[in-house]
Amino acid sequence: MFLITCPYCKESRDQNEFSPAGEAFIARPENPEALSDEEWADYVFYRTNIKGDHWEQWVHTSGCRKYFLVKRSTITHEVLEAATFQEINSENAS
Amino acid sequence: MQKKYSWYSLLKAGFANQDWDKAIPSSKPKSKYDIIIIGGGGHGLATAYYLAKECGITNVAVVEKGYIGGGNTGRNTTIIRSNYLRDEASSLYEHSMRLWEGLSEDLNFNVMFSQRGVYNLGHTLQDMRDIERRVNANVLNGVDAVVVDDKEIKEQIPIINTSKNVRYPIMGASYQARAGVARHDGVAWGFARAASNLGVDIIQNCEVIDIEVEEGRVKGVKTTQGDIMADRVGCVSAGHSSVIAKMAGLRLPVESHPLQAFVSEALKPILHTVVMSNAVHGYVSQSDKGDLVIGAGIDGYNSYAQRGSAKIVEHCAAAILELFPIFSRVRMNRQWGGIVDVCPDACPIISPTKVEGLYFNCGWGTGGFKATPGSGNVFAHTIAQDKQHDLAVPFHIDRFTTGALIDEHGAAGVAH
Repeated sequence: MFLITCPYCKESRDQNEFSPAGEAFIARPENPEALSDEEWADYVFYRTNIKGDHWEQWVHTSGCRKYFLVKRSTITHEVLEAATFQEINSENAS
Repeated sequence: MQKKYSWYSLLKAGFANQDWDKAIPSSKPKSKYDIIIIGGGGHGLATAYYLAKECGITNVAVVEKGYIGGGNTGRNTTIIRSNYLRDEASSLYEHSMRLWEGLSEDLNFNVMFSQRGVYNLGHTLQDMRDIERRVNANVLNGVDAVVVDDKEIKEQIPIINTSKNVRYPIMGASYQARAGVARHDGVAWGFARAASNLGVDIIQNCEVIDIEVEEGRVKGVKTTQGDIMADRVGCVSAGHSSVIAKMAGLRLPVESHPLQAFVSEALKPILHTVVMSNAVHGYVSQSDKGDLVIGAGIDGYNSYAQRGSAKIVEHCAAAILELFPIFSRVRMNRQWGGIVDVCPDACPIISPTKVEGLYFNCGWGTGGFKATPGSGNVFAHTIAQDKQHDLAVPFHIDRFTTGALIDEHGAAGVAH
């Protein structure tokens, strides 16, 4: 159990208020028709499943219902950062 | 070390109070093996055992980061059943069930396999339709299964609440009489001892820190006890499969989640069978020691932390109490989490990889224990012959590319 600060509500709330929504920065391919089966499988099914600091998406289900980004340790569950999609993207994420 | 246990050897050693040596000798790694198995859990040890017993390959090392029985094998709720819907899955789990039925004798180690039956409850009309469909599929596949109604359930399990005045009333269940439970860490010890007797080296406290790959071929592994060479490496590391895969430059279609369970104080016998409910999500049985063994679900977020959210425990406890109000004053002894690697279709991967000589047996998610002997058996044949065992063919990792998924998740995805 851990707390997450919603970047929209600006409040630190119990994780139960939120729902996880998977690994971050997996962009839908611009032209799916052009992908090989391997590339499509990689987009749909394959994940990095990092043991360590993990950028992931969460949604504030019982609050503002907005999606946002969280950097969280999958070893300790410590939440290191939470931000909106405008603030962080795959280029400036550390 | 006693090579073979018998009533005579136990009686003799009991009176003499001696010869209680370690059941598994501690081994140091040699520099080279024919096959290395990464992960000394039930599946890894079973793989090594069947490699030695059925494939005649005894120059095998099982490399385990912790100690035997210390991982998920000793952390699960020990339920064994084979009543899966899909042909591919039910064949694999039924193969395992048949091995379970002769396992104690085969291993010369009592794994306390107890075929006390499993009820999978249905709480809605749709549940009951799914149950009937699954039972029919089971019967066609040679798996024993029957549909029972709420009256029969109440006769068999008098303490269960079949009242209509609950949120999710029990309408019926599927029942598999050959299903049951086993002593989970005993299974690990039994396989480890039997494999070791056949010449397999079981190397504990030895963590794999890298996998050597040269020109697309596996060469061996780097461990905390030095480098070990082998032409073939089988990875059976459950929740840590992605971590091991990364060492070989691979990605897997799995994500790791915590799965929780808890046990009560020891009680006098009160529940003689296994009760599972998918709709309210809880499953319970009573161990031979007397404690209630209760399993919950996974947390939705990725984790390697071996603990989950209190919300999940609360949800599960509420479900169990609705089914068994009599348990409301039972005190819980321990609660824990294990890390499971979940595939998108909730079916395992038993497969070669893009790296020649490197095989993966992973993605068992929340229900791997029941498959322990069958999984090890088909994986051993897959590695030994460098060709997937017939039962393992549908579980190739390429199914995520071809789209031939085994849709067991929603079908028989009853709580494991």
